[in-house]
Amino acid sequence: MGLVTSALGQNAQGDSRGMSARGNEAGDLSLVARVRARDESAMAALYDRYSSLVYAVALRVLGDTGAAEDVLQEIFLQLWRKPAAFDSARGSMGAWLSVIARNRSIDALRKRKPETDIEDVVLSVETNFADNADRGRALVRIREVMSSMAGPQRSALEMAFFEGMTHTEIAEKTGEPLGTIKTRIRAGLLSLRAAVSG
Amino acid sequence: MAAHEQFADDLALYALEALDGPEKAAVEQHVATCAACRRELENLRGDMALVALSASGPHPPQRSRDRLMSAIAAERPPVAPVRVATSGGWFGRLGWMAAAAVLIAGALLMNDAKEKNASLQREIAGLQTKTAAQDAQLERVRSEFAAFSGPGAQPVTLTLTNGHAQPQGKAIYLQSSGKLLFVASNLPALPDDKAYELWLLPSTGDPVPAGVFHPDNKGGGVVLNPPLNAGVSAKGFAITVEPKEGSAAPTTKPMMVGLVG
Repeated sequence: MGLVTSALGQNAQGDSRGMSARGNEAGDLSLVARVRARDESAMAALYDRYSSLVYAVALRVLGDTGAAEDVLQEIFLQLWRKPAAFDSARGSMGAWLSVIARNRSIDALRKRKPETDIEDVVLSVETNFADNADRGRALVRIREVMSSMAGPQRSALEMAFFEGMTHTEIAEKTGEPLGTIKTRIRAGLLSLRAAVSG
Repeated sequence: MAAHEQFADDLALYALEALDGPEKAAVEQHVATCAACRRELENLRGDMALVALSASGPHPPQRSRDRLMSAIAAERPPVAPVRVATSGGWFGRLGWMAAAAVLIAGALLMNDAKEKNASLQREIAGLQTKTAAQDAQLERVRSEFAAFSGPGAQPVTLTLTNGHAQPQGKAIYLQSSGKLLFVASNLPALPDDKAYELWLLPSTGDPVPAGVFHPDNKGGGVVLNPPLNAGVSAKGFAITVEPKEGSAAPTTKPMMVGLVG
């Protein structure tokens, strides 16, 4: 696994406990196996690893601590109830949880029932960095790439990601053609992928 | 990138759940049968995780952790009720008498409310009885399953008397929900960097990845509910040998194939 895995292997704040990314992954697999066996202490350990990441995403989307805490609770309860939903072959636990956190938060923001089950969130991360130093660089690099994006591109990506706006809504808000919005969002995602690959 | 170019921009929007209307339906229909675009969709969700990483903020409060652990504890399966001893000398009996007095006083004060709640309580009692019966039934199923999967269980495969144990795979697929159970036995051992990959063969289109597994030391393997979209019509299933992380499309010839019906 790579940079994304290592970057999301602990939490979004960049805490380091001296573990390698590979160790994190092995630790996650072990913890998930124990959760499957209904080990509550393993669930607590997973929460301690990833609650900050999930909470940061939920708070950024919802802007309300109470609502963010509700999303946090719901996601980890779902993980407790369906630990088999996490497919370790495809990506890191942190990456998976962060996408679920975003989707659930958007659902909450729009006051709609969850549109996708956690079992439906399948993602893949393939990059080549693997230790704490790389993880730190990854965090810096991602933020650099986001801040270096052209304003309209970053804005379109953030409106879609953090505000849950459809491309139609973004086009209406910005006055840009639909096709332009689509291209900007995809290009933004691909530029992040390119920045952390290799 | 191997995804079809005409779906490239829409795939990114679909990953973000920012697509709606007929465009969303078109992507869903295409992804159900296109392994390359499904793989790219997974990659785009991985890219989304990078956007998530750009978020930062305070740690969640301790009460969130306490709330989660309390909720988890509340979901523990019920344990058998503990029988409470009732003999305890004269002091114990006084204690019971005091408790009884409190209960009687409470009963007098709450008489009206009790009348109103009587039917509700009967309903609750009925539900509790029903729940207890379901718990008992579930416990019996769990117990039986545990027995068959425990260390004392002896798996035996019957073969022709003049033959050797042949590799076998059985798949049970529920099209409406996309749920799948696959159990294999007697598969040849694989090196550590290889794995078996199960493929759903749709009625039309490319094979769909349906789970990766490495055989155990007896050649056995199980795949349960891989991430398949509901409603995909299957004409069969196949097994190939792939890199241990699996492939988006088969890279070797199928070693086992089974057709529906």
